[in-house]
Amino acid sequence: MRKIRVLLAKPGLDGHDRGAKVLARCFRDAGFEVIYTGCHQTSEQIAAIAIQEDVDLVGLSCLSGAHKYLFPEVARLLQERDAEDIIVIGGGIIPEQDMPALYEAGLKAIFTPGTKLDAIVEWINTNVKPEA
Amino acid sequence: MEELSKRVLAGDIRAASRLIRNLEDQIPDTYVAIKELFTATGNSHIVGITGAPGAGKSTLIDELIAAYRKKEKTVGVLAVDPTSPFTGGAILGDRIRMLRHAEDSGVFVRSLATRGSMGGLSKAVGEAIHVVEASGKEKVIVETCGVGQQEVDIINHAHTVVVVLVPGMGDDVQAIKAGLMEIADIFVINKADRDGANKLYQELLNIASLSRNGDTASSEQWTIPVMKVESIAEPLKFAESVNLLCDKIEEHYQYLVKSKLLSNRLRRKTTAELNEALWGSILQPILQELNDGGEMESMVEKLVNKEIDPYTLAEQVAQRYVKK
Ligand SMILES: Nc1nc2c(ncn2[C@@H]2O[C@H](COP(=O)(O)OP(=O)(O)O)[C@@H](O)[C@H]2O)c(=O)[nH]1
Ligand SMILES: [Mg+2]
Repeated sequence: MRKIRVLLAKPGLDGHDRGAKVLARCFRDAGFEVIYTGCHQTSEQIAAIAIQEDVDLVGLSCLSGAHKYLFPEVARLLQERDAEDIIVIGGGIIPEQDMPALYEAGLKAIFTPGTKLDAIVEWINTNVKPEA
Repeated sequence: MEELSKRVLAGDIRAASRLIRNLEDQIPDTYVAIKELFTATGNSHIVGITGAPGAGKSTLIDELIAAYRKKEKTVGVLAVDPTSPFTGGAILGDRIRMLRHAEDSGVFVRSLATRGSMGGLSKAVGEAIHVVEASGKEKVIVETCGVGQQEVDIINHAHTVVVVLVPGMGDDVQAIKAGLMEIADIFVINKADRDGANKLYQELLNIASLSRNGDTASSEQWTIPVMKVESIAEPLKFAESVNLLCDKIEEHYQYLVKSKLLSNRLRRKTTAELNEALWGSILQPILQELNDGGEMESMVEKLVNKEIDPYTLAEQVAQRYVKK
């Protein structure tokens, strides 16, 4: 039986990872293995870690507004390294008008503040099916 | 599957990580790939780093990686954290401390959850070490969480065991003595800036002088060194003391090589592996069949009703399955 592995990262300059920690615990309680990496990672670090850890999913969170550049960059780096099967999702304060570009860049879901944690877990359980 | 092992041998990180995952997830036939890697293993120096949660192991390993990289050694790290017994999930947070090495192709870090195996070590860890070795890493560092007797099984995997302690844990030292003291090749007092560091230093020196690690048959003995690692608040001193630790770990490896203890440890390690393999290839299929056929259940029923004893039952099963 495959266990779902998730990388949680918080690129960008804002330094609060309380939200990410809550999410990490929620994912653990949902039975996932969560690679938790704190704050301030570069996109290169995130892509490298995702590959080293063989995760199914990368969850990015960003409150500083840098999502426009950072999220697509992670997706692009994974594609460049033949790892486009790793799903990238994002969360944070993301204006409606930024979303099409993020989906275009390869993100599979975007969760804005106020999303119920259960809904995120459910999305993962529905959409992330690690191959045997 | 063969494909995967070839890629691992070529140094493909994704393949190595996937193979480790196949081991963790117990995907059938994973051992086929492991077989193919076997001859490429056994050349790396395996360093176990163990101690209580929060002792500063990951922080130490981050600096140790830097020290090895200065010596142009390639490094693999397997960082083990506990699985939640309630949900089967886990938070694996060791990488937070090692971020700066993420992009270095000479460094491979992989987090593992214990997945409910006893001994604090992930069941897959022994084989995961083989995968990292086969991918060409010269030093393999295994970080294990937990304290006490349970940690003892790390010696089945590591050549050099570093036990990390922190001043001010009080009674814990007593508890730890029993198990960890017997497996330590090197003691590290981490966060040596804290109160009680000197007291702990004296205590450990006493223990170290008593417990002679190694086999008595060998003429050379290894006296367990007690190393202080300075606070990370003083980065230069910290790096300097970790460099000394790195040298000491190397010294221990050289000692193992010279004293023939290395081959003893290899024997111990391979014996454990063979035991596991035998268990997997002989007992596992039998248990599976008994379970699938419902026979296990009916045997348990008989036992509960005291119709028969477990020894006689086991003999009967053995007679059916085991041909001499
Ligand atoms: N005061 C002090 N704190 C340290 C030192 N080394 C690590 N820490 C802190 O101790 C905490 C746990 O460190 P970590 O390396 O994750 O411990 P681990 O659980 O043993 O891997 C972190 O907050 C570190 O910043 C040290 O030398 N001095
Ligand atoms: Mg740690």
